[in-house]
Amino acid sequence: MTRVRRWLPGLLLVMPSIIAIAVFVYGMLGWNFRLAMTDRHDEISEGSFVGLENFVTLWDQKRWGISVDHAIVFTVVFVGGALALGWLLAFLMEKGIRGEGTFRAVYLFPMAISFVATGVVWRWLMNSGQDERAVGLNRLFDSLGLDFLQWEWFRNPDWGMAAMAIPAIWQMSGYVMALFLAGFRGVPEDLREAARVDGCTEWQVYRHIVLPLLRPVTLSALIILGHISLKVFDLIVAVSGKQIITDVPAVFMWVAVFDSHDPAKGATIASYIVLAVSVFVIPYLVWTLRKERRP
Amino acid sequence: MRRRWMAAVAVTVAGLLTLTACGDGGGAAQTPQAGGEKKVEVFSWWTGPGEADGLKAMKEIFEKQNPGLTFFDAAVAGGSGDKARALLATKLQADTPPDTFQGHAGAELQGYIKAGDLEPVNSLYDELKLKEVFPEQLVDQISVQGQIYSVPVNIHRSNVMWFNPAVLKEAGVTEVPKTIEEFVAALEKVKKTGKIPLSIGSEWTMVHLLESVLLGSLGTEAYNQLWSAGSDWSGPAMTKALNDFKTVLSYAGDPADDWQPAAKQVADGEAAFTIMGDWAYGYFHNPPDGGLGKKSKTDFDWAPSPGTGGTFMWLSDSFTLPKGAPNRAGALAWLKVAASKEGQDAFNPKKGSIPARKDADTSLYTDYLADALKDWGSDKLAGSIQHGVTVNDAWRVSINEAVGLFHTDKDVAALQTALAEAAKNSGQ
Repeated sequence: MTRVRRWLPGLLLVMPSIIAIAVFVYGMLGWNFRLAMTDRHDEISEGSFVGLENFVTLWDQKRWGISVDHAIVFTVVFVGGALALGWLLAFLMEKGIRGEGTFRAVYLFPMAISFVATGVVWRWLMNSGQDERAVGLNRLFDSLGLDFLQWEWFRNPDWGMAAMAIPAIWQMSGYVMALFLAGFRGVPEDLREAARVDGCTEWQVYRHIVLPLLRPVTLSALIILGHISLKVFDLIVAVSGKQIITDVPAVFMWVAVFDSHDPAKGATIASYIVLAVSVFVIPYLVWTLRKERRP
Repeated sequence: MRRRWMAAVAVTVAGLLTLTACGDGGGAAQTPQAGGEKKVEVFSWWTGPGEADGLKAMKEIFEKQNPGLTFFDAAVAGGSGDKARALLATKLQADTPPDTFQGHAGAELQGYIKAGDLEPVNSLYDELKLKEVFPEQLVDQISVQGQIYSVPVNIHRSNVMWFNPAVLKEAGVTEVPKTIEEFVAALEKVKKTGKIPLSIGSEWTMVHLLESVLLGSLGTEAYNQLWSAGSDWSGPAMTKALNDFKTVLSYAGDPADDWQPAAKQVADGEAAFTIMGDWAYGYFHNPPDGGLGKKSKTDFDWAPSPGTGGTFMWLSDSFTLPKGAPNRAGALAWLKVAASKEGQDAFNPKKGSIPARKDADTSLYTDYLADALKDWGSDKLAGSIQHGVTVNDAWRVSINEAVGLFHTDKDVAALQTALAEAAKNSGQ
């Protein structure tokens, strides 16, 4: 009885959230996977079980291939760019410059803005008009005499998605900076001292002492950015709408469900997005669990 | 010990209550007439200048005629209604429809009918003798097996070519192009002056261009055949039409963000032509803030898009009676206003469209609208693709996809295959 008394109140306390998560997260996930395995290709029919057919036929669609390509380009540029820029900012900040607090706030502010607002502003900045029709960044380049830098931005058929990653980098690199800054500060000063005494140059201190110790921070940042990137929807829609030229899986999913009225196809795309995100998240969870178990 | 137990239970119960309370709150916000009073929720995507004014004019008539009812404007912003319709889809799925909603007459409406979302309004048609005042083809497009499902309020024209007379003069184009060949020749002349021959917006405006080029290249008969069973999407006539599309598109400038910036390029004299529906008239003509305040015939001018003279490619907004409308009587009262001559003549001059009724007061429609009204009475009719007349939503998305892919690879054969495939899979 006393043992029950020990754990039951706690359990009751967390019960509402357990139930809510079970129903609204895992229940819905399960429901989505079940829907993806039916042939319910319009809103009226009930749909019967077809196994993994939808998952296979999706790859025959040209648009799906394009949106996956776009997602990969976007993820690589966005994650790489935000990590590099965030690290650089943290590196500069860590040197203890004057007014660090102000700089930190300035770089962190973009994170407080929603992707939609960012997208609206950057749609204008990345307008594809050139020369006398230029606005936004192209206008800036034009008036600075850097005409050769003008390009179509996100409307470029090959590298448009790389341009699309720029606002995302702008928005998230401050956050990465904060993560890295905390990481840098977590590196004990005596370790650096010891390395310096052993004759390391400042660069070697970073290369062999600080960077390895930053690995957990880098991994966290990678996972946070990676899952944002694979699910990206609001930024794309705010910048270019639902156009093929900037199509990504989440936008395709929206079109499949709300425009084509094809619930099974939408659910299939949603399943692929979940699977892609779990490729990022599950190894991370395993890794942290293992680390926490160690004393 | 006991106190801790009580605390735990209290917190649990409080948590559950918050959860359910949230649910209720969300629902109440979305269906304001849940209490069952006299509000009539009218769902539309008319929030822009002109169209919102038109809706307000109809609202005033409605509230004057029905003192017991209040109009609740549930309009959701977003051109061509794609955001509004996504919200509407979730409402219909949850069986919490608004009292009445806006839908494009034609195949788009058929989607709602097939899904069993709508109630027929035949009794209203009989009561008000509406069959006599609406054109027959229009009534066909909103009927299934003799049941009529909506009340059309306006007619827009899709196949309109807008142009800047000064730019044409400068380029030495003396005649307004009447065929696709003349159009291409004119575009070539403009190109030599360094101006944008044809301004274009985001991807859907290319589909809008496609429908005008198809109509102009195939001719009205063949175009109207495309939507019936056994239509020929793979034949040589279609190949030629798509090649025409490719040629015309090759003169297009950098895509603008939407149709307004594209139209503005024409108004500002940066571009010569744009092909857009006649909602562009209000944008050109209305005083600034709502429009560009340009003078018709001098700053901008219009003609049927090349090859489509004598044909009116139409689309129409209509209001429906959803099954399970919370305030059915109120919805019917709204539909009566929407169907009435008074309501349509109040709405349409502001919206910049012509009334669906044949007996409208022609003196209210001036300038472009007078032209449109005249053509609507005498021209052959064809239905728009992008605006939901000839194809259902799924088919329209497939066509948009095909055109979007074409815009990057410029492969006519692939476009034709994709369009033929789309027609085959449409299930229409």
